[in-house]
Amino acid sequence: MAALTREETEALIQEVLEVYPEQARKDRAKHLAVNDQSLEKSNKCITSNRKSQPGVMTIRGCAYAGSKGVVWGPIKDMIHISHGPVGCGQYSRAGRRNYYVGTTGVNTFGTMNFTSDFQEKDIVFGGDKKLAKIMLEIEELFPLHKGISIQSECPIGLIGDDIEAVAKKANKEIGKPVVPVRCEGFRGVSQSLGHHIANDAIRDWVLENRDGDESFPTTPYDVAVIGDYNIGGDAWASRTLLEEMGLRVVAQWSGDGTIAEMEKTPKVKLNLIHCYRSMNYIARHMEEKYKIPWIEYNFFGPTKIAESLRKIAALFDETIQAGAERVIAKYQAEYDAVIAKYKPRLQGKRVMLYVGGLRPRHVIGAYEDLGMEVVGTGYEFGHNDDYDRTIKEMGNATLIYDDVTGYEFEEFVKRVQPDLIGSGIKEKYIFQKMGIPFRQMHSWDYSGPYHGYDGFAIFARDMDMTLNNPCWKQVKAPWKTEESPKVAVAASA
Amino acid sequence: MPSVMLKKNAEGKLVFYVPKKDLEEVAESVEFDTQDKWGGEVLLGDGSKYYFEPIEQPDFPVTLRAKRLDSGE
Ligand code: SF4
Repeated sequence: MAALTREETEALIQEVLEVYPEQARKDRAKHLAVNDQSLEKSNKCITSNRKSQPGVMTIRGCAYAGSKGVVWGPIKDMIHISHGPVGCGQYSRAGRRNYYVGTTGVNTFGTMNFTSDFQEKDIVFGGDKKLAKIMLEIEELFPLHKGISIQSECPIGLIGDDIEAVAKKANKEIGKPVVPVRCEGFRGVSQSLGHHIANDAIRDWVLENRDGDESFPTTPYDVAVIGDYNIGGDAWASRTLLEEMGLRVVAQWSGDGTIAEMEKTPKVKLNLIHCYRSMNYIARHMEEKYKIPWIEYNFFGPTKIAESLRKIAALFDETIQAGAERVIAKYQAEYDAVIAKYKPRLQGKRVMLYVGGLRPRHVIGAYEDLGMEVVGTGYEFGHNDDYDRTIKEMGNATLIYDDVTGYEFEEFVKRVQPDLIGSGIKEKYIFQKMGIPFRQMHSWDYSGPYHGYDGFAIFARDMDMTLNNPCWKQVKAPWKTEESPKVAVAASA
Repeated sequence: MPSVMLKKNAEGKLVFYVPKKDLEEVAESVEFDTQDKWGGEVLLGDGSKYYFEPIEQPDFPVTLRAKRLDSGE
């Protein structure tokens, strides 16, 4: 299908908005836009980070999900207590595939679920005593843990427990960091505020722990990888490239990360930000307090990787700059082969995305390396600064949708008819049933890594495997396809 | 009186950032910008205007309080 023109896309948005009652229509209209590359600022065309309309199907998470699930959860040598009823933690347990090395239950705890399992009496009489007891139990059962974080679920804020006091007391008793995080699910409009609260908790309770302690030997090439959650091994595939070009990666925030790494981050020379949305806060704080500069980079697809490696290298001396060139040259044969193999199979295919964090803009380059085109994109919980960074990445007259509703997304897809959709688990089966190839782009559909040169090969294979899968031809019932002979069913009975 | 995080970008221009507002803008002009007097009216790229109590040139990046004069709309 030919691409829609600007007028057609605008008409499509109007048509989709048609069914809403007036108030909702007015509100949703601000969240849907046709991309215009000539704009410098996104707030001219799109509104974001607002409360979702009641009654629509939104795909957002809560602040607790942003803090426990995204930022804190992957710190592998700490125990993160889901403080409150059991469900919030249990239903989200191990869902993000943040890979790590270690022995689970002994020195790492990533896939386990710790909860204070609130009962009625805890709501009525308060849960502080229980929390204090749990932490002593944890210390006894898992002596190798390196610290505890208390991830508040909704009831904690509602009943007014003083988790800060409990945390301070426990910190004295067990002699390890204990971090209270006020990330109750009702705060903010999406998981995004949870990221911010989690960043602030790291700032207040972790980052200063080693200030004044110069025992850690530093080098001029120390960097920290910030905002890589090691989904399917992403951070590992990124780290190898940085190390090969001569940098020393001191910390990974927070995929496969440890609390010691976080405490040492104020000693690095440069912070590298992959997921801007979830961790720019801490980078900005370190810039102000420790004068550590930060830059954003993008390790999806060879074009963006080379661009990013050079951009990072430019901030160091010639050895690192030569290192970057060496790395790019070293992998060239590898990624050229990937492109030679998959591009002919994927060329010209059109993709629609709807994800969170950094992906709605970061993966565009990787698709373009394979000759594909992203014709629609949007963020679950993006802010203006994310859309500012997206306008230039997207083609003119493409669709941009913020906090898209289930209904809008389906209608857009029906009209735009993309060849592939990349979104989350809640969207997956709807679109598969509509007969459209789909990749789950939050957890890489149980695949990955997708970052780095190694990841690109897997990314290309996965897209081909999904898009060119023969099953899509079988989705229509045989008697509904054009070529099926009109044999009367009765005759065969 | 929003708290504003100020830094210099690679081109040496002043970048204005207000966290809760997602406002990230380059400053077009700063009224006083000398070693011993910095501040006054600051005009941003989006047309909005802010006012800083003049102080000695601070060490960027730094967080300062500003008064909003004009939203630019
Ligand atoms: S909104 Fe509240 S109850 Fe629901 S998952 Fe989040 S923290 Fe738990």
